[in-house]
Amino acid sequence: MTTTEIAGVAVERDAEGFLVDPAQWTPEIGEEIARESGIPELTPRHWQVVRFMRERYLATGTAPSIRSLGKESGVPIKELYQLFPKGPAKLAAKIGGIPKPRGCI
Amino acid sequence: MTQMLDEIAVQHELSAEPIKKVSIVVSKGSLEGIYPALIMANGARMEGMGAELFFTFFGLDAIRKDKQGKIRVATVGNPGMHMPSLIGVLPGMSWIATKMMAREMEKLDIPPIGEFLELIHDSGGGMYACQATVDMFGLTMEDFIPQVDGILTVGEFYDRSAGAEVIFT
Repeated sequence: MTTTEIAGVAVERDAEGFLVDPAQWTPEIGEEIARESGIPELTPRHWQVVRFMRERYLATGTAPSIRSLGKESGVPIKELYQLFPKGPAKLAAKIGGIPKPRGCI
Repeated sequence: MTQMLDEIAVQHELSAEPIKKVSIVVSKGSLEGIYPALIMANGARMEGMGAELFFTFFGLDAIRKDKQGKIRVATVGNPGMHMPSLIGVLPGMSWIATKMMAREMEKLDIPPIGEFLELIHDSGGGMYACQATVDMFGLTMEDFIPQVDGILTVGEFYDRSAGAEVIFT
């Protein structure tokens, strides 16, 4: 766990770069993490996925599976992988400032 | 000896490259023979790795239109079931075991086989049928679900698997 400054805010991140405390998150931090992760600009479709992940996590305490992400976020699986080629659930969680999803699906 | 093993472990740690791609061979046609491969393929895509599935022998049932809906848990000769084989042979036992397992999997958001294959396909995972098995059972592409990308010989499979970890299930 290390403290780093992202978008002008000092935040704690785990070894893989996920925010330790979701409350420290701001949309600007999300944009910065996206750039670090190889996504130069977050489009409204990216945001739709990131916000869905974050809201679901904050409401239920767990991040949605890729299956429910594809069914319920309004963005189908194919497009999810186009938006986040390195793994939609993992990347959207990281950008949305929530812990890495622990599920196998 | 212990020190030698420790050194080997350290060297391995230092040289360990992340896995970039997995090529998974599915050779069994039971529910418990197919699911682990699908979970591993989908999991690889979720981590941003490449994933391809190669269905051979009875594993081919997973992608056959006429067999996919009939895939069951093996209740006979399956020590993991902790059920005497004499009971496992009773009519309906494997159907009941399959229903029970499907219910548990749904709770974990694990999709049924058909939907799972669609998910992997839409994620960019490849799926192929084994040429030898296709010939043996007298099948064509028409017999497979539309997500199947093609029929490969073993040589073509190895070509496609260049740089991948090959996993046999």
